[in-house]
Order: sequence, then C-alpha cells, then structure tokens
Amino acid sequence: MAALDVAAVSHSYGSKRALNDVSFSIAPASFTVLLGLNGAGKTTLFSLISHLYDTRRGSIRIFGHDVSRASGEALRRVGIVFQARTLDLDLSVHQNLSYHAALHGIGGREARQRIAALLDIVDMPGRQHDKARSLSGGQMRRIEIARALLHRPSLLLLDEATVGLDIQSRAGILATIRRLVETEGIGVLWATHLIDEVDDGDHVVVLRQGELVAKGKVADVVRTSGGGSIRDAFSRLSRIEATGTAELSP
Amino acid sequence: MSAPAMPDKVAGIIPVKFEKFGLRHYLICLKGVVLRECLRFLHQRERFISSLVRPLIWLFIFAAGFRQVLGVSIIPPYKTYVLYEVYITPGLCGMILLFSGMQSSLSMVYDREMGNMRTLLVSPFPRWFLLVSKMLAGVSVSIAQVYAFLIVAWFWGVKAPPIGYLMVLPALFLSGMMLCALGMLLSSMIKQLENFAGIMNFVIFPGYFASPALYPLWRIQEASPLLHKICLANPFTYAVELIRFAFYGQVNWLSLGVVAGCTVLFLAAAIIAYDPSRGLVTRKQDTGGNG
Repeated sequence: MAALDVAAVSHSYGSKRALNDVSFSIAPASFTVLLGLNGAGKTTLFSLISHLYDTRRGSIRIFGHDVSRASGEALRRVGIVFQARTLDLDLSVHQNLSYHAALHGIGGREARQRIAALLDIVDMPGRQHDKARSLSGGQMRRIEIARALLHRPSLLLLDEATVGLDIQSRAGILATIRRLVETEGIGVLWATHLIDEVDDGDHVVVLRQGELVAKGKVADVVRTSGGGSIRDAFSRLSRIEATGTAELSP
Repeated sequence: MSAPAMPDKVAGIIPVKFEKFGLRHYLICLKGVVLRECLRFLHQRERFISSLVRPLIWLFIFAAGFRQVLGVSIIPPYKTYVLYEVYITPGLCGMILLFSGMQSSLSMVYDREMGNMRTLLVSPFPRWFLLVSKMLAGVSVSIAQVYAFLIVAWFWGVKAPPIGYLMVLPALFLSGMMLCALGMLLSSMIKQLENFAGIMNFVIFPGYFASPALYPLWRIQEASPLLHKICLANPFTYAVELIRFAFYGQVNWLSLGVVAGCTVLFLAAAIIAYDPSRGLVTRKQDTGGNG
C-alpha cells in the first residue's frame, strides 16, 4: 500500500487552474522531493493532501484512506510542516507542542514523554520552556518538525521547510528528516524549489504550472529529460531561461 | 511511480494501528483548545485590561453622567426603581461578550493569515468539533472577563442578588456561544485582517446601540417605532434581556428561545463555511504559499 496516492487531481481557484490531472504515489519509508518553481502548485497540492481544501477532481489516499471521505483517519497518519511559520509566538515550546498533542487526542504524561523524546530527535533537548518568540528561524522549524511527528505519523509532508534559513540550518534539518526516513520508516514528501536538496537516491516529482512533468528516481528523470544532471533536468523541465537559473540555488 | 512494498519491520515510533478516538480523546482535545485560548489571553495582558476598562468606563462615567437624564421606570425583572448603573450592568456584561466574541473572530482571521489556523484545521477530529471547541474556549475567556467586571462593579456598589451571580452563568454561557458563533461565521467571510474594521462599524456598534443594553425598549419605541422594530430583530437584544432576567433568578423564555435558536443557526452556518467541501473559506483563500 502506498503511503500517499495522488490520482488524477485537479484544482482551480475560480477560472485559474492551479493543478491539472496530477498523479503520483509515495512509498512508505521513502524520501520524495516535490520539485517546482514558485507558482508550480506545490502549496495547493499540500493543502489538498492536508484537507484544507476539498479534492473536487481526482482522489488522494493516505495509506488507503481517502482524504475527502475519511479525512480523520487519513490525517492521523500524516504530519505536516507548512511553509508559513505556525508556532504561537506567545507560548512556550512545550505549550505549542502540548496544544498539537491535544489536537490529536494525546494528553498528560504521554504527551510530555513524547515531547521530551522528540526534542532530542530534532536536536533541541531541554528547550521545552523557551518562548517560541525567542527561537531562531531554524530552531522554529525544528520545533515544527517535532510537532509534526508528535502523533507518530507514517507520512510527513514538508512544504518549503528550509526557505529563509541559512545553509547550516538547512543542511541540519534535511539531515534530520533523512535520518527519520531510515530510522523510523517514515515516508516523506519534501516540497522545494531548491535543487541542491535533491539526493541521487531520491524519488522526484516535478510540477510546472500545475502540470506534472516528470516523476521517478533521480537517474530516470535525468535520463528521460536529456539533461546531464538533476539541475539540468529541472531546468529543462521547468523551461527556465538562462536568467532564471538563480531560482534553482538557495 | 509504483510504490515499493512496506518494510517488514517499521522501526521506532510508528504504531501499527491507531486507537479509535473515544470520549477521552475528545475531552483531551477540548481541554487543549481551551487551555491554549486561556494561555494566550493571560499572555496578552493589554487585552485583559482593555476588556475590563471598556465596560468600566461606561459604568463609572457614562452611567454617572446619564443617571439623571435617562430615568428607568419599573419594568420586569425589576420590582422597584433601580439606579441607572444597575440597569446597564447586564448590558455591559453583554458588551463584554459581544466584544470578546468579535475578538475571537478577529483572532481567527489573524490565525488564518499567520497560518496558525491550519494546525487546528488539520487535526483528525471532526471539523465541527474543532470549531465548537474553539467557541467554548472563547466563551470561557469571555465569562472570566464578565466576572472580573462584576467584581469591580460590586465594589462600586452595583450589586445583584447573591444567587444572581450563579444564575447568570448559563445565560452568559448561551449568549457568549451565540456571539462567538456569530464571530466565527463573520471570520469565514473576512478575507483580510484589514477588513475587520467593517465588523466594528456594521456589527458591533449597531448591535450594541440598537438593543436595550443602555436604555429600555419602551423608551426606544417612544422615540422611534422603526428603531424599536430594528431592536426587536437584533439577537443581541435578547442576549441582554436573558442576562438581565437571570441576574434576578428569572428566565425570559422568549430571549432564551431566540438566543438558543440564533446560536444553532450561526454555528451551523459557521461549520458549513469552514467545511472544505462546501465552505466559503477555501474559496476566498489564495494559494497561501509560493508553490
């Protein structure tokens, strides 16, 4: 069973088509990069997978549970890190995480134990009582990742999770997520427009203006696109002009 | 892309099966949402102070100034002439609930703009339950503000029968629910935080002034029959009267019926508005990100 199965999904904002007939699936315990330039439809896709928007055309299943028809069962299996910061800055790290635990029916001692364990996993041990406002951008992201893992999801969605972070923070967060795939068996969908976040062993899904233009292992995508590297392949697939290649770099 | 087979053994934190949500889980969720709202309120001291100062200004200054001008005859539930301060106290309780309900609506728009709302909406609990929890959280904070105001008013000499302070609790709760539900419905219609000023002009002020909060309805009828009809069509009118009667251990059945009916109506509309398959919210939002 696929961790995530997106089948023939389309979505429009009024007359503007944001996604057109997008289909792909993600295996459990795998790292899939959702590549696309700004406006490609990545965030719309995330909003559909997380049931913020209803899927009107096509279907999305998380471990077999249809997001529209059985959203509760589907959402229990997915952890989400949104592109925008979603921590409550007035509250402490522990209060933010406890709130999320409660939103998944986890309370009391169990929540406290999970929070402590996850802060270790994201390399922020003992920071429970820090105010969210006092954290750096990278630290906030780590807390958001810990929050997304609190309810023990089997699928993790991260939407541009490293945008606005320095190189060291980006590398650290990416390494943490890759480690989770290996050690915890979590399936990851990592949306980005930063090509250097793609590893040779990853699966990639490339979106361009709402259309899926490539999917598969990195080597397969490079071969079929005719590029010499994933960077070339992405440039070709995204039809980036020479002046636009800066988009590919952090 | 075909999905590889699931590994035989998934290490670490992944459970094989999820426990079905029971009452305990729902209560944990409710408690978490209420606690967060209370913590946010405590962290925003200015909000607490301003919520208290607003009705106190009306009580200390406005009521004192208008005591001689606005005479109040004996009308139910009062059995004797009452001071103007006593008359407007239920209206000021309603004012706190009205402003607090709209404030929670404002915070929902803010949360939606900042992204915090998403953490609530992606919870696996049913959307209606999450919205009701959010409402209960808002009402809890509102009621705490009302009692803080009543304590100060008590020291100012505005006292209801002791049992009234207990009897008014259900009325405050129901009125608070109605106003929070209205706020939630309005928040689904507001796209940007900047548009919230319109709520002040078109909902809060007309709702408050076209009600018996500051003057009895018979006086309004004498002044303008049209305005009297508008007051009768205003749900806030019934919230104020429900609170007023409850202070004296009485139930105004008409008010109870209207407030309960409006609560159900506004809540149902808010739930529909926040339902991703039918709602207004998703249609109004833009893509919400760069991707």
